[in-house]
Amino acid sequence: MVLALGVSTLVAVALIAEMIAPQVTEAWERHRARRRRVPEFSLDPGRERRAEQTARELLRSCVSDDDWAMYRELGLIRVWGKYPRAHAGGEYAYLIYPHKPIVAYEPQTGRLLGEHCVTFPDETRPYGSSRLPDSDDVLAKWMALTGDEQRLIGEANMHLPGRQVDPAQITRDLWRLSRWEQARMRDLAAELNVSSQSNES
Amino acid sequence: MKPGHGEVVIAEGDVELAEDEARLLEQFRRQIDAGLWAAVPVVQDNGRREAMMVRSFEDVPRDAERVIFFPRAAGG
Repeated sequence: MVLALGVSTLVAVALIAEMIAPQVTEAWERHRARRRRVPEFSLDPGRERRAEQTARELLRSCVSDDDWAMYRELGLIRVWGKYPRAHAGGEYAYLIYPHKPIVAYEPQTGRLLGEHCVTFPDETRPYGSSRLPDSDDVLAKWMALTGDEQRLIGEANMHLPGRQVDPAQITRDLWRLSRWEQARMRDLAAELNVSSQSNES
Repeated sequence: MKPGHGEVVIAEGDVELAEDEARLLEQFRRQIDAGLWAAVPVVQDNGRREAMMVRSFEDVPRDAERVIFFPRAAGG
């Protein structure tokens, strides 16, 4: 009788333990997670501003005057694609934005071809963040695209247009870019006109 | 390029001087071994500006003014 009662008790304890063990484990994990220290990341606006200023100077020293003016005035840089054959013989280009995917498009039609999602994370995280200043991110994309387009595109994740960058915004940016180029051409023509007139006189 | 810094000068020197070249080579290798990408900004004959990606010190043109190291690309 006592033996049967003892065995029954043991079986009951084992069954109850089996039932509540996952809940106890989960509760313990939740408790540990609440107590875990989260690394503190302090964003210093002054430091970030100085870093961005330094990055802008570096970008300016690398790209052409036109590209620099484009970035300063429109917030993007266009890079022409080097492999038209890969795009059925048609011209294509990329728009580089800071900390956004690289957008590929057809300049003649304005058709969007895709988004190439790529980042340049610095895992040493000198101030807790792996994110480069905006202008450094643009320069990294510009160097990698103009220096080895295939390698960069190979590293990037390609998505259909509209996944991260609003197509309506890109359409607006392409319109702004065309207006900006027309104005640059007009200014250049006016300068040439003035210089030719001064040479004649 | 570094988060929170922007541009940081790692080493300077004249590659025509053996001592400088050895120092530049060591720093170059250290950055590449750390997984960074390296590029040299160049101006083509037609005036077009672009970058030249380099993987070894020997790839760097002798007249290059600078080599820029930046974190390697990762799919975002």
